[in-house]
Amino acid sequence: MSTPLAKVTIDGKELEVPAGTNLIEAAKKAGSAIPHYCYHEKLSIAGNCRICLVDIEKTPKLSIACNTKVTDGMVVHTNNQKVLEARQSVLEFILVNHPIDCPVCDQAGECKLQDYYMKHDLKASRMKEEKVHKDKAIALGPNVMLDQERCILCSRCIRFCKEIAEEDQLCFSERGNHNELTVYPGKKLDNPYAMNTIDICPVGALTSKDFRFKQRVWFLKEVDSVCPGCATGCNIKISHNKGVAYRLLPRQNEAVNETWMCDGGRFTFKPTNAENRLRHPMVRSEGALKVVRQEKAIEDIAKVLAAVPVSSILGIASAQFTNESNFAFWKFLKEVGVTDFYYQALEVSNPSQDDYLIHPDKNPNRAGVEALGLKALVEDKRYQLIFILGDLPSARLQKILLDRQRTVVVFSSHEGEGVELADIVLPVPTWVEENGTFTNKQKRVQRILPAFSAPAENKSVWEWTSLLAKACKKEKPVYQQINEVMADLSETIPDFKGVNPDKVGNQGFVLMS
Amino acid sequence: MRPGVYEVEMGIPMRKFINETCGGLKAGKILKAVVPGGSSMPVLTAQEVEEVNLDYEAIASKGSLLGSGGMIVIDEDTCMVWALENLARFYSHESCGQCSPCREGTGWAYKVLKRMVHFDCTAEDIELVLDIGKKMAGKTICVLADSLAMPIASYIGKFRAEFESHVRKDCVRCQKRMEASH
Ligand code: SF4
Ligand code: SF4
Ligand code: SF4
Ligand code: FES
Repeated sequence: MSTPLAKVTIDGKELEVPAGTNLIEAAKKAGSAIPHYCYHEKLSIAGNCRICLVDIEKTPKLSIACNTKVTDGMVVHTNNQKVLEARQSVLEFILVNHPIDCPVCDQAGECKLQDYYMKHDLKASRMKEEKVHKDKAIALGPNVMLDQERCILCSRCIRFCKEIAEEDQLCFSERGNHNELTVYPGKKLDNPYAMNTIDICPVGALTSKDFRFKQRVWFLKEVDSVCPGCATGCNIKISHNKGVAYRLLPRQNEAVNETWMCDGGRFTFKPTNAENRLRHPMVRSEGALKVVRQEKAIEDIAKVLAAVPVSSILGIASAQFTNESNFAFWKFLKEVGVTDFYYQALEVSNPSQDDYLIHPDKNPNRAGVEALGLKALVEDKRYQLIFILGDLPSARLQKILLDRQRTVVVFSSHEGEGVELADIVLPVPTWVEENGTFTNKQKRVQRILPAFSAPAENKSVWEWTSLLAKACKKEKPVYQQINEVMADLSETIPDFKGVNPDKVGNQGFVLMS
Repeated sequence: MRPGVYEVEMGIPMRKFINETCGGLKAGKILKAVVPGGSSMPVLTAQEVEEVNLDYEAIASKGSLLGSGGMIVIDEDTCMVWALENLARFYSHESCGQCSPCREGTGWAYKVLKRMVHFDCTAEDIELVLDIGKKMAGKTICVLADSLAMPIASYIGKFRAEFESHVRKDCVRCQKRMEASH
């Protein structure tokens, strides 16, 4: 049975919405944006900020839109004089004791207090008294800082902890205009989803310990991506400026992460900015890896490929790399006759996990490499020539290498154990700089877009394999751009049938099988 | 003279109730005002008190309510600015703080009134307090904001001259009280 519809008139516009829809959502559909602070679509109703007051005909007083459910025949005004005056006065009240530290506040530029003031108030302050002072720069937990003076007491953060993170850690204490946000005695704001409170805090009361004071938000650009922290693949945005990533924010995808992400995932961009990035191709000579021209690295690989029997060549793909990187890697080696493939994955002992977002498999693309038909690495044979995506722990690598006359080719973004044992190293982008897709645990193929380009001579795996294919006199696989790799993947691998950039879009596309 | 709890039949004249049942004001004092139904109810002037009986309709006709029946009788020695400040202090302290208009409005009104009591005010502050009351009334989850808004509107509405005397800094009652407390 579908929900009955209710006919409602909002600002003169008649529309039908499911009965029981609240007025904020109904008005959104009617094209009227009702300002709100305490209301959040994922949380219970608090009705405390009072900025969403609207005028409902046949109701003597103004009503709060967030806590009013549409009934049939309701006539609502969200912008008449009465409402505008109420809105302005609520804003004035909220600002009475607000410190207005905008010049030093991280929220400035994405602050609902600033935004609504510009839109609905714009009056000079009439407050001549000393404001109520409260504490500033309180560490509520490992990742979140609180400025009690900036808090407008909307209780979103409190409700988030209780209702979404299911760990009741925050509360209000004191009364009247001394009311303040705090943690319960003896508790910390340390639940694994705590940083979402920063995002839903409408003002600069909650800020990220990591991001604080690093950038003014109006300098930041954003690109859509997917968190590589685990097999859930939370949809995110990367905020970046001038080739540096500054923070990750969750992006709505109701089928994956709704509007949240975990705190662990927030830091997955850090390696991109790290010191130990690889920048140039390297080849081992006289015992040490030396930077070489890219042509030299390609030539050397082509030479050793020609010299080693294919039965002694192994390709190790990676559950940390995109579908496109793995596919191009596999397809190139297949073209030169290689038959032995495995994939490696990040293995973590005692991985964090819960029954919400945090998945124990800390790889963003295991489902993707498995859809390519690859199996997890088993150390059952030794090879003379090994190609590896990513950094493989040296203990594992030693078990599959012949003792002598061996060559290891590594595609990696960073220095590491596997790179130390490598003979030829090709630098590749990190996920922040990469364009492609990951397949999450639901077999949902999701797009990651590059925030900026990778440093120096770093190239995507498919670019390196295109150069290698040419050097090996192969016509395939040679690609000019990522869409060609995606198209080839979708044509070649039955599981990926139908996958294309449009279908994947920004919400992903679930594989058939 | 005899504060207490009384049960009387509806409809007796208010003045009679005060003078006879409750024993009247202190000797020689003149009645200034009565809050008929609890501290949050609009105040009545002495003139209005003369005209009303103790029933719902009569009191409503003067713009107030019988409310809880808690009656406050105010004589000429009490300054209405000081009385209102006292109420504002109470209500701002009582505000639980959950809704913005009440949390901020009661506290703000109290601060301005406190300044007014101490003669640190201008004519604009009278309008400001009125406006704060008007703007928080009817906009909150519970009626605590209205409980201060109603006295604000009626105290200033009916005793504006006393507020103006604070602007002029010539309220003798408050001058004396302050001297005494120093
Ligand atoms: S929370 Fe908003 S209004 Fe307050 S100081 Fe920060 S930017 Fe300014
Ligand atoms: S800290 Fe932010 S989210 Fe929490 S109550 Fe204050 S304003 Fe609301
Ligand atoms: S749950 Fe997994 S995918 Fe989501 S943010 Fe955390 S680590 Fe990233
Ligand atoms: S959004 Fe409705 S009261 Fe806060």
